[in-house]
Amino acid sequence: MPKVKVARKSTSIDMTAMCDVAFLLLSFFILTTKFKPSEALAVVTPNSVSSKAAPENDVVLLTIDKDGKVYLSVSDKNTSEKRAIIDAISTSKSLNLTAAQKAAFARANSYVGVPFSQLGGLLSTPTDDIKKIKMDGIPVTDTLNNQLVDWLLAAKTAFEGKKMEILVKGDNNSKYPSFQGVINALKKNDLLKFQMVTNPEAAPVGSELYRLNLEKKAAGK
Amino acid sequence: MDTSGGGGHKKGPGVKKSKKLSTRVDLTPMVDLGFLLITFFIFTTTMSQPTGMKLNLPKDTDKPEEQNKVKESGVLTLLLGKNDQVYYYEGTLAPDASNFKSSNFKEIRNEIISKKKSTDPKDFVVVIKPDKDCTYKNVVDILDEMPINDVKRYATVEISDVEYQLIQRTEGGK
Repeated sequence: MPKVKVARKSTSIDMTAMCDVAFLLLSFFILTTKFKPSEALAVVTPNSVSSKAAPENDVVLLTIDKDGKVYLSVSDKNTSEKRAIIDAISTSKSLNLTAAQKAAFARANSYVGVPFSQLGGLLSTPTDDIKKIKMDGIPVTDTLNNQLVDWLLAAKTAFEGKKMEILVKGDNNSKYPSFQGVINALKKNDLLKFQMVTNPEAAPVGSELYRLNLEKKAAGK
Repeated sequence: MDTSGGGGHKKGPGVKKSKKLSTRVDLTPMVDLGFLLITFFIFTTTMSQPTGMKLNLPKDTDKPEEQNKVKESGVLTLLLGKNDQVYYYEGTLAPDASNFKSSNFKEIRNEIISKKKSTDPKDFVVVIKPDKDCTYKNVVDILDEMPINDVKRYATVEISDVEYQLIQRTEGGK
């Protein structure tokens, strides 16, 4: 009886397939990834069950940081509106801003968080130094000197004929009066619809919304 | 292609054997690199897009005929205090504050549900009154509680002095 020959198998595996998978996944992640824009203001937003994504264009963003300071910024794509806003503010508050200062407001990622008296100084600061500046926030809590009203009026005029999205992005730990000031400023300008930036959260199990969502899902099928 | 690796058949003494080089490349480092990049992109990617929570403000009006009238019995007033405390009362606040109760964010949902069940749907209104010590998170949380419990009508109202003092007294008494 001849001996059965046991074929000696190589221990090395063909890596081609694994390599294919790896690069397929890699290309997927490269294409879907969206880098986090470096945010100058660190704000931890609260959670909500809202599932609608926040808009990205035509946005006027009002940020409330953890100390209750209010900052204003406009989405980067709306450069012409930014110019219109700063022109209007410069004229109405007779700040006599120079063209360079106005350009500083119109450039990408700019944000303003100072009273009008310090605006000129802020806009003259080079971009690299902006993060080092301690801003006082736009005054909102004083009902007689709510400067956000003027900013929003300028923004409203600049966005005339376009749909302006107002986003309020507040920090978890900011106190209510700042938010109240923002609301008052919005009300004074008849801007009665706004959105609050939140992190998505699932509806609590067993609640009314949970039941409604299930029903909606069942109806969709 | 000869994949058996080394060796091969003997081709007789006269034939000069040219060494056959394998065309296979070791792909292991390439796979390593691929997965390294994958992990990098997984970690840098932003998966959860921030959501926008809509809020419509009522228009301030001084004319009484334009103001919304609500039945007092159908009102649930929620007062937000400091340290994540919620106070509430049903209907109007009794002069001796006997119906003024305290709660917290975990238990307030039950209160809203029980009030909702015991009230005619068209009279049910939740009034939210944040005081100046509560945080933005508290306000968003309580506003978020409204769609969770399917409350159709709710409004934020500025807190009155009486109520604020009542909260102060309750908080001070602890």
